[in-house]
Parts: sequence; C-alpha cells; structure tokens
Amino acid sequence: MAHELGSPVVVVRDVEKRFGNYTVLREVSLTVRRGETVCIIGPSGSGKSTLLRCINGLVPISSGSITVGGREVADAKLDVRALRRDVGIVFQQYNLFPHRTALDNVMMAPVIVLHQNPAEVRARAEALLAKVGLADKMASYPGELSGGQQQRVAIARSLAMNPKVMLFDEVTAALDPETKKEVLITIQALAAEGMTCILVTHEMGFARRVADHVYFTDGGVIVEHGTPEAIFSAPTQARTRDFLDKIL
Amino acid sequence: MTARPLAVLLPPRPEPTAPRLLAQTWLLAALVLALCAGTAWAQAVAQQTGRPGALAIMLRWAPLITSGFLLNVMVSVLAMALGTLLGLPLGLSLIARTRPLRLLGWGMTQFFRNVPWLVLLFYIMFLLPFELHLGGLVLPVPAWFKAVIGLALPVSANVAEIVRGGMQSIPEPQWSAADSLAFTRWQTISRIILPQALRRMLPPWMNLYAILTMATTLISVIGIQDGLTLTRAAIAAESRPELMVPMYIFLLLLFFAYCYPIARLTLALERRVQVRI
Ligand SMILES: Nc1ncnc2c1ncn2[C@@H]1O[C@H](COP(=O)(O)OP(=O)(O)OP(=O)(O)O)[C@@H](O)[C@H]1O
Ligand SMILES: [Mg+2]
Repeated sequence: MAHELGSPVVVVRDVEKRFGNYTVLREVSLTVRRGETVCIIGPSGSGKSTLLRCINGLVPISSGSITVGGREVADAKLDVRALRRDVGIVFQQYNLFPHRTALDNVMMAPVIVLHQNPAEVRARAEALLAKVGLADKMASYPGELSGGQQQRVAIARSLAMNPKVMLFDEVTAALDPETKKEVLITIQALAAEGMTCILVTHEMGFARRVADHVYFTDGGVIVEHGTPEAIFSAPTQARTRDFLDKIL
Repeated sequence: MTARPLAVLLPPRPEPTAPRLLAQTWLLAALVLALCAGTAWAQAVAQQTGRPGALAIMLRWAPLITSGFLLNVMVSVLAMALGTLLGLPLGLSLIARTRPLRLLGWGMTQFFRNVPWLVLLFYIMFLLPFELHLGGLVLPVPAWFKAVIGLALPVSANVAEIVRGGMQSIPEPQWSAADSLAFTRWQTISRIILPQALRRMLPPWMNLYAILTMATTLISVIGIQDGLTLTRAAIAAESRPELMVPMYIFLLLLFFAYCYPIARLTLALERRVQVRI
C-alpha cells in the first residue's frame, strides 16, 4: 500500500529483552514511519508479543532504545501514561471490560483518563463503533457479542484515545475464518486511512496485502525484512523460506 | 499410570448445595420440635406442681428476649458496616505496590484474623474510656459502642481478605488492558477491577455477616444486655430449671430465623456468580 511516508513514529534500536537468564529479544531494530503499516511474522515464541509490549511500556526493555514520537521508553523519567495515550494496543483475547457495555468500553478511557467531555466522547465513540460496523451493538455487553464483534469493539476502544500508532497482536488468532474477515477488513480500512500500524499476524495473505514492510523474526532476532514482495516471493534467508514453506 | 481423564475434560462438579439446604431445613424442624417439646414438658411440670403455665411465662419474657436479640442485630449491623468501611482500604493495602504499606496491611490483617474475638472484645472494653472529653463536652461511651468497635476489628480483617481475594480473582489481562489505555492504578482498581470483583465478594461477605451475627452473643460476656444476657436473666428470675430448654431454644430460633434467609440468599448469589463467570 503506497503512502506518502512521513517521519519516524516508532524507532526501535538494538533492543534486548531478557526474562532472567532467558533472552527473548536480541539486537532488534526497526523503524515505523507515520502512516506506515508494518507486519511482524515469525514462529511462536519468537518474541513478537514481547516486542509490542515493550513498545507501549507494558514490559521494560533490558537494553537498547525505543522511541515513540520522540519519547524514549527506556528513560527512567518516562511518563508511561503519556506514552500509552499515544500507543493503542489490541490483544488476541480482546480483554474488553465485561461489566460495561460496548459503548462504555469505548468511552471509558477518554472520559476517565483524558477527562474529555462525556457528550463529545459519546458522539465520537458512537461514530467509531459505527465505523467498525457495530452501530447496532452499542448497548450490548461483551458477553453478548461474538469474538469478532468484541475484537472490533477493542479496536474502537483503542482508537478512541486518538493514538499515534496502533499495535495489533495476533488479533484474529482466536477467531473463526468468517469473523476473522470482518476484523481484517476493519484493520485494512484503518491502514488505508493512514493510521500507523504494527501488526503481529499469522495471516500471510493479509500481511502481503496491507503491509508496507514485513519483518520476519525467529528466536528473538529479526532474521530478514523487506517489502512484502521481497519477503514472500524471494526470501533470502533459509529460515524465512522454511517458515513460509511450513505455513503456506 | 492412572487412567484418570484430564481434569479440564470433566464436567463441572455438581454443587454441594442440595444436601446443605436439606440439612438446614432439618435443623429448623428439629429446633421447632425441641421448642414445642420443651414447652410441653415444662407445661406438664407446671401442672404437676400447680404453678403458672410455662407457655404463659414464655410469652411474658418473649418481648424482653426479643428486644435483647434486636440489640444483637443492631450491634452486628453496625460492626459489619464499620468493619467493611475499615476492611476495604485494608484489603487494598494488601495489593499496594509500596512494600511498607503492604507489610503493614498484612500484619494487621493476620493479627486481627488470628486472635480470639472474645479476647479482642475484652481488650477494647478496657482500652476505650467510658467517657470521651471533647473540649468541654463529656460524651459517654456506651458499652454497646465499644462492642461494635471490638467486633469491627476482626470483621475488617476478614473483609480485607475477601477484598483481596475478589480482586485477585479478576484475570491479569484486565489490568494490562487498563494499563495500555493509560488508566492510573487507582482508576483501574476503582473502575475496572473492584466493580467486577464486587459480585464475587458479595457471597463471602454475607457469609461473614451471618457468622458475625451469631458471634454477637459474645457481648453478653462483657455485660451487655443482649439476647443471651436477657435470656439468662429471665431463667434466673423464674428459677425454674425446666424452663431453661424452651427459653434458650426461643433465642436460638430468633437467631436462626434471622441468619437462615441470609444463608439461603448467599447460596443463591453464589450460584448466580458461578453461572455468570
Ligand atoms: N513474563 C515472562 N516471563 C518469562 N518469560 C516470558 C514472559 N513473557 C514471555 N516470555 C517468554 O518469551 C518468549 C517469547 O514470548 P512471546 O509471547 O513474545 O512470543 P510470541 O512470538 O508472541 O509467540 P506467539 O506467536 O506464540 O504469541 C517465550 O518463550 C515466552 O515463554
Ligand atoms: Mg504472541
């Protein structure tokens, strides 16, 4: 998808992450520019989720540097809540707040965290839910929604904070093919609108369609990266070829 | 190798509520039966000796005993309210991020949960003055008020444990989700975690209340005119040993009639929580 690519929004440089003696990420570097859609693919356990969680400060990095909109994540004086206002993240398991309606789920953070006017937030939340195709489900509780619907509420919930970048962690992995499609269409529309997105996904066809740039990770390192065309049609590394052969 | 199927594949175990309910019904029946039998026996003894009927005496004392019982109820309600008020912050301190606060909360909770309630009551009785001097004002501190405080302390420790357990039963991803939406810790607790945990906390909280209500008879030991004290006074005043059984059973029935519906409601709520989660 060709955009006018802007300035770097997320810059990851030489990041290492250890859990105890176990190194999950090693010398990871990547840059995501404004409006760009980046896909991260790789086998299970290669550290993809950990990398996303490092970017929004849910997991501290061991060394290296990550900046989001110029803000250094590893900075001891980092205002982690300011960082998280700029970074939306959507998880595989939706993680909606089950005691509140879909509309409330979307409204809560802007009202409670950003202290925005509830009436204005409501209008925006309704528009967002309509945009993800859930205009008729605003008053439903998460338990009354299908997985795909819940996931779309989760996307709307993140978007309501007007983030600079959206992180998606295998958001369709728990869904059946039918509902998967609704969610993928939503993300594709978002990317087309110019939202900066980092997607961890096992949907290779989707990655190929929407990504501007694809990173292949294995064992905590970035083995290879390039345009979707280069990665999927002419991978240079044997590990990439093995991985793609196995899953395609 | 045992040939047991995987635990996750087993159907949910049926709840043991049916036998418990049945047992409670039998208990109620037994109590009523005992009351009738006791009164009849006392009546028979009375007829032999030509003294006033046991039934008449029971009826004479019933209002007084009931008023004493109502004092038990009042003390239980106030102690529960105060204990809950104190227990909520105490429970929050148990998951505080600052270690000293957590340790302090832990220490208080463990202490008040693991000392006998009666000893605490005695302590508070002696510790608190019988009147308070506020400026020029002299406020008497009634014994029942001290009893409320003495009972609220162990209640607060138990409420704290209920609060902690309830909050820890909320899955971790709820915290991550709130974190990534930039909620503060307090916003996460008050808007996301506690509202969900309340539903799970309600049954054990009501259970605690039922236990507290029965434990309020302890206050008779420290000289408060509660249901138990007045029942004993009535028995002493009549000095007729055959009245002892029906009188005590009358008091038991009052407590039972009060606590049994709470137990039923707790069970119903427990079942609903299990179904919804
Ligand atoms: N909190 C943690 N403590 C210890 N080890 C962890 C922790 N979180 C993740 N790991 C380990 O880090 C490694 C990478 O995990 P991560 O979830 O990032 O992988 P992933 O690429 O997202 O895998 P998947 O595709 O299965 O989601 C795994 O081996 C995992 O066990
Ligand atoms: Mg993952």
